[in-house]
Amino acid sequence: MTKSELIEQVAQKVSTFSRKDIEIIVDTLFDSMSRSLSQGDKVEIRGFGSFKIKERDGRQGRNPKSGENIFIESKRVPFFKAGKEIRERINNGKKDV
Amino acid sequence: MTKADIVEIVFEKVGFSKKDVAAVIEEIFETIKGTLEKGEKVKISGFGNFNIRQKRARRGRNPQTGTEITIDQRRVMTFKASQLLKKSINSQPSA
Repeated sequence: MTKSELIEQVAQKVSTFSRKDIEIIVDTLFDSMSRSLSQGDKVEIRGFGSFKIKERDGRQGRNPKSGENIFIESKRVPFFKAGKEIRERINNGKKDV
Repeated sequence: MTKADIVEIVFEKVGFSKKDVAAVIEEIFETIKGTLEKGEKVKISGFGNFNIRQKRARRGRNPQTGTEITIDQRRVMTFKASQLLKKSINSQPSA
């Protein structure tokens, strides 16, 4: 499913907004989540999951092509943890171990 | 940031009723969950991809008691951030 297919499906179920409005809502939704994460905040959607930023220290690495030693700068990486509801739903309602 | 904050931001942008905005946002996440439940991946361009992966059964250990247990095969949901999101996360000064 792509973003436009998502918009299409939601538009079929929702009568309060036009397809165009739903497109704006979907875009604003993911944009607000991106912004929040970019500011270092975490995003928690109950039943779905949470997004967090982890700090990765810089480290000594190697260019696999040239074999040259390089320093890899520290960076921030996004992390996702699936929520309880979705974890159980994708396993046919089976409770977590 | 929680769902309530997202509702607030979207409401400020599109207006209408906050209750209706909340219902649409609920429906968006529900549609994504329903799609993943069917084993289909969800690709949100500019944000990232949600995927379902099959994990094999494996031997594990209860870290508290040390008892050996079998961890059943199961499906897990994964998220891979898009290049755009990764870039955006690293473009801001460290928090």
